[in-house]
Amino acid sequence: MQAEWYLALRFLREGRAQSALIIIGAATGIAVMVFITALITGLQETIIERTLGTQAHIVVRPPDEIVRELLAARSPGVVVASRIEEPAQRVQSIDQWQRVDRQLSRLPGVVAVSPMASGSAFAVRGNASRSVAVIGIDAERHDARVPIQDHLVEGRYSLAGTDVLIGTELADDLGVVLGGRVRVGTAEGRAQIFTVRGIFDLGIQDLNARWVVVSLRNAQTLLDLVGGASSIELKVTDVFEADAVADRIEERTGLDAESWMERNAELMVALRSQSASSTIIVVFVMIAVAMGIASVLIVSVVQRSRQIGILRAMGAPRGRVLRIFLIQGGVVGVAGAILGSAIGAGLAQLFTALIRDAEGEPLFPVALDAALFASTLLIATVTGLASAFLPARHASRLDPAVAIRHE
Amino acid sequence: MSERVIELAGITKDYGAGDARTRVLRGIDLTLDAGELAALIGPSGSGKSTLLNLVGLLDRPTEGKVCVRGRDTVALGDDDRTRLRAQTLGFVFQFHHLLPALSALENTRMPLVMSTGRVERWMDERALALLDRVGLSPRARARASTLSGGEQQRVAIARALAMRPPLVLADEPTGNLDTETSARVFALLREINRDEGTAFLIVTHDPSIAAQCERVIELVDGLVRSDTRR
Repeated sequence: MQAEWYLALRFLREGRAQSALIIIGAATGIAVMVFITALITGLQETIIERTLGTQAHIVVRPPDEIVRELLAARSPGVVVASRIEEPAQRVQSIDQWQRVDRQLSRLPGVVAVSPMASGSAFAVRGNASRSVAVIGIDAERHDARVPIQDHLVEGRYSLAGTDVLIGTELADDLGVVLGGRVRVGTAEGRAQIFTVRGIFDLGIQDLNARWVVVSLRNAQTLLDLVGGASSIELKVTDVFEADAVADRIEERTGLDAESWMERNAELMVALRSQSASSTIIVVFVMIAVAMGIASVLIVSVVQRSRQIGILRAMGAPRGRVLRIFLIQGGVVGVAGAILGSAIGAGLAQLFTALIRDAEGEPLFPVALDAALFASTLLIATVTGLASAFLPARHASRLDPAVAIRHE
Repeated sequence: MSERVIELAGITKDYGAGDARTRVLRGIDLTLDAGELAALIGPSGSGKSTLLNLVGLLDRPTEGKVCVRGRDTVALGDDDRTRLRAQTLGFVFQFHHLLPALSALENTRMPLVMSTGRVERWMDERALALLDRVGLSPRARARASTLSGGEQQRVAIARALAMRPPLVLADEPTGNLDTETSARVFALLREINRDEGTAFLIVTHDPSIAAQCERVIELVDGLVRSDTRR
């Protein structure tokens, strides 16, 4: 066994009550840190999950149509007065979308790519009609946005022929059941009759009332996009990298790529503020923990001055004395982290178990994962070592002759 | 001819600075050879403890040379002095200064642990042999705080011998003991000196102890007034 470890552990054991108190103090701070981090992370994960439950991480579209100025001043002294109006944005296809599709599939960090043809239409059944969004997808590939089959409450996931999937609200509004027929028509006069094969509930009333999911081919026909795709949707590995991936796509393809973060800028600001406030709490808690550890070790160094002097007289180099006290700080940090993580995790579980909504689901979900415990252990150990540094340096610099005479 | 363990030449030592400067040692020349049993006597404030700290490499002189086994130590760095101290010198203090929570055995092996940086089994065997030498092997596992004053001082002597140093510096080793225990402890030091050839420099106020030493160095006002060999 290393001499430093041997003496550090003996010193901690010798001052049992003192060591226990400081470990409990550190554990309390670390428990607060684990609890708050788990709660905030859990909340954010839930918010992001709900937000992304029905949104693609990145949507790639053709660039907006712009008007080219045709009348320009051709010679000096000639003034041309013109008024240029912004053009209406038509539903248009991505140029050579199949090539773009392949290109996007090969991008690092991209896990799913789905071409889509979407636009506005009306769903009519008898006297009832509703404004809807036609979502034309490739049934096999449409997992970039939301796996609709997981949200089916009735029927089956089929988009073959003239099959259609609609939301629960729209089914109620139109009074249609499985196997029923619905006419979907556009303002331009193109229309098609579909058979309802499945009814889904995405958890968002507006989507349940507006989405009409059909095959890509049917949507292309309805929206006059024969062989085209109005957008390509992507799913990425790390949702927080979506912005960076979108930038890369714009750079490489010249198309518009919009990430979920851009679409939900206000939500991102709220999430960042929440993270910042939890970081501030954690920082202050760790400062309090560090000061607790440092004060106990300073007292320990003063109490042991004579012993330190004797150890120096007996051949302990300064570095060895320094390490003896650093190890004590580190051990307190690690012990505090283990105990604190257990308490924090216990509190979080208790919180989840006790506070539930009307449906019995946890009101505040918590995120307890290995990364949280690993980072807690690292932060606590570094805090322990850092807080032990000054007392340890003081101990190592004690003049042995003076320390031995210390009363 | 005996090996020269310590050589002090022109040693002065000042404390404080400016007007508050006090010269505690005022030019000491002194040598100590292997196997000597020397007493360092003198009134309080004569500089005995300061001189002991300089010999023990716990402090540096203001002027002069401190050679340990022929090597000048004044210019050495802290780690080199620490290493040399561990290899050459043992210490026995008036208040023994054992680590109270450790056993007699753990205290005895401490210089070995501190100088090697490791705790190893052979150190226990060495410590046990030393405790046996001072008559304390049955109490080897007892915590230092549970030992009597005399026992604690004997553990301190065993500890001072752990590294087999050629010289042990003892600062009032019997100053805190009753007469009978004091006599027993000194007898032990003399026995070790005779049997193992370990040199001792013993700071003492006790004339009876000084009288039993083969050499008596008297320090007065920071100067060696007399250096008598019997």
